[in-house]
Amino acid sequence: MEWIQQLVNGISLGSIYALIALGYTMVYGIIKLINFAHGDVFMIGSFIGFYAIARWELGFFPALLLAMTICAIMGVLIERIAYKRLRNATRIAALITAIGVSLLIEYTTIFFRGAQPAAYPEVFKNKSLDIFGVQVSSTSILILSVAVVLMILLQFIVHKTKIGKAMRAVSHDADAARLMGINVDNTISATFAIGSALAGAAGVIFGIYYTKIDPLMGVIPGVKAFIAAVLGGIGIIPGAMVGGMLLGVVESLVSALGFSLWRDAAAFVILILILIFRPSGIFGKNAREKV
Amino acid sequence: MKESKKLKKFGSLLVASSLLAGVLAGCGSGDDSGSGGGSSSSGGGGSSDGDTIKIGANLELSGNVASYGSSIGLGAELAVKEINDNGGIDGKKIELIKVDNKSENSEATAAAIKLITQDKVVAMLAPATSGNTVATVQIANDNKIPIVTGSGTAPNITVNEDGSVNEYAFRTCFIDPFQGIVAANFASNELGAKNVAIFADNASDYAKGLAKSFKETITANGGEVVAEEAYVAKDADFRTQLTSIKGANPDFIFIPGYYEEVGLIVKQAREMGIDVPLMGADGWDSPTLVELAGAEALNNTYITNHYSAEDPEPKIQDFVKAFKEANSDKAPDAFNALGYDSIYYIADAIKRAGSTDGEAIKDALADTKDLSLVTGTFSVDKDHNPIKTATVLEFKDGKQVFNSKVNP
Repeated sequence: MEWIQQLVNGISLGSIYALIALGYTMVYGIIKLINFAHGDVFMIGSFIGFYAIARWELGFFPALLLAMTICAIMGVLIERIAYKRLRNATRIAALITAIGVSLLIEYTTIFFRGAQPAAYPEVFKNKSLDIFGVQVSSTSILILSVAVVLMILLQFIVHKTKIGKAMRAVSHDADAARLMGINVDNTISATFAIGSALAGAAGVIFGIYYTKIDPLMGVIPGVKAFIAAVLGGIGIIPGAMVGGMLLGVVESLVSALGFSLWRDAAAFVILILILIFRPSGIFGKNAREKV
Repeated sequence: MKESKKLKKFGSLLVASSLLAGVLAGCGSGDDSGSGGGSSSSGGGGSSDGDTIKIGANLELSGNVASYGSSIGLGAELAVKEINDNGGIDGKKIELIKVDNKSENSEATAAAIKLITQDKVVAMLAPATSGNTVATVQIANDNKIPIVTGSGTAPNITVNEDGSVNEYAFRTCFIDPFQGIVAANFASNELGAKNVAIFADNASDYAKGLAKSFKETITANGGEVVAEEAYVAKDADFRTQLTSIKGANPDFIFIPGYYEEVGLIVKQAREMGIDVPLMGADGWDSPTLVELAGAEALNNTYITNHYSAEDPEPKIQDFVKAFKEANSDKAPDAFNALGYDSIYYIADAIKRAGSTDGEAIKDALADTKDLSLVTGTFSVDKDHNPIKTATVLEFKDGKQVFNSKVNP
């Protein structure tokens, strides 16, 4: 029973990783940039949710939507201000800029509200359901369902809508897409908006599940989500979901085996092994479909 | 495949930068002990001119732990006033000379030198934090002026790593590992715990010390440690470790650590249906703990602390009343009480020594037996640490309520 319980813990953690990883993967898929500021968009989303619930007394779903909207706008702004003019620069320049943006967001937040943690208010009365001896809290079911709904929505956008088609076209070949009359700039902005909105949602969910939020909270989940994206095959949307879930479960199992202090190390070991043996990730193939 | 090569580059860059960050963090955490030494031993023993006895107070009155030092100072002032109103020490009044060390090691060293060489104090109240106190120990030894810290709990203030005792360094509070012993005794004797679990912060020496002494004592009491798990500071997800602990079915869980993580642990444990008593130490003592865990989850949890203002004992209630009168009705916290006690501890030693010579005072401080103070009655052991009772507090609806006192 304990193992099933650990699996439940791992899936809850993994669905948060998966939501953040989707943003990494989409941005990488379309402009080949590892957006290191993504973890901090996640943090901002968490704080917006916190203020929405604790100060402005909104419910969970309005707070979630507000956080997603503001994060989407923020993602677009970051892209327009910091990354757009570097589109033809070397990749290392863009990468360093991303790290710079990340630090800017973190320390601007600390400047305005200090570095002390805040405690998320209780939105739902947390009930534990007993399913065959396994305690499943209502919050973890909520996390999982919100994550799954958002992922299905994303698949729908990418595969069934016009903007999704444009995103797929730009990711294959931006120049050819431009020749076909696709507005590449707007498509890239849309990608950032969607990815950041998902990170914002993950931030609110994280706050509700783990209670404590602080301005540097985005760093570790951001790195883990990056690993999850690489694990699944960066640039591939189902890969990010599977990678995130898998990473969450692996971390829980490592802890369950009594190596809780090795949990973070395990994630990095996975990154190293993947890069050595299968750099294109689990879902990576020679002819692959990207966002 | 070109793609994946570039990805490899990103990956290795990421791994390299996080390794570097880890190394830097490792270096940062090591400076807790501070760097003492570098003193100019110019002054000899202290003197007292005319009918006052000068006692220095080297305190954090500004800087990042200013609240600790200021609290110690308020307690000390009250004690000095009381002693002087009752005729002083053998007819001589105490004069308290306060110096601000700005919460910095180097300033603490400078303040100690100033107090000894310029003000010619006979004894000193050492800084509130362990790091700042360690920075003044060497000066005290060189100048033969005893120092007493109210709240420096690190073992290396009074005892060096090689086991030698710092002749002139004393303290009023108990040391960190002692709280582990108290918690273990409380668990076995008061709660009847048999199968216990330990969930410790593996990133702090404080928590590791507590966990070690708790484990030794509970085993000696006939209890069994059925699960031992660890976490590191800044973690947010403790459910996996708690699941393992729950699987071992303990009837008591000891959680040494600081309030930021403990708040989440308590909340998550209760959510998972772990309803056994949880216990920690003075690291839990913060209003943030209640915010993070929620008042309801904190029911049936206990902490060890230096003192409780709600303790019904007359001596403590007299102190609470006097302190409230002097400080516009503010209830005294543990730091106020420890500052107050430190002055009484020094005054008692000067009185018994019958002299203001540093060496005589030092011997009297070391010989103190059964001195009754607000934070407990204590005797000093060979390592210059007080052997005293600890107070156990219980959380009830988010408030700390006095539970009992536990003798070592």
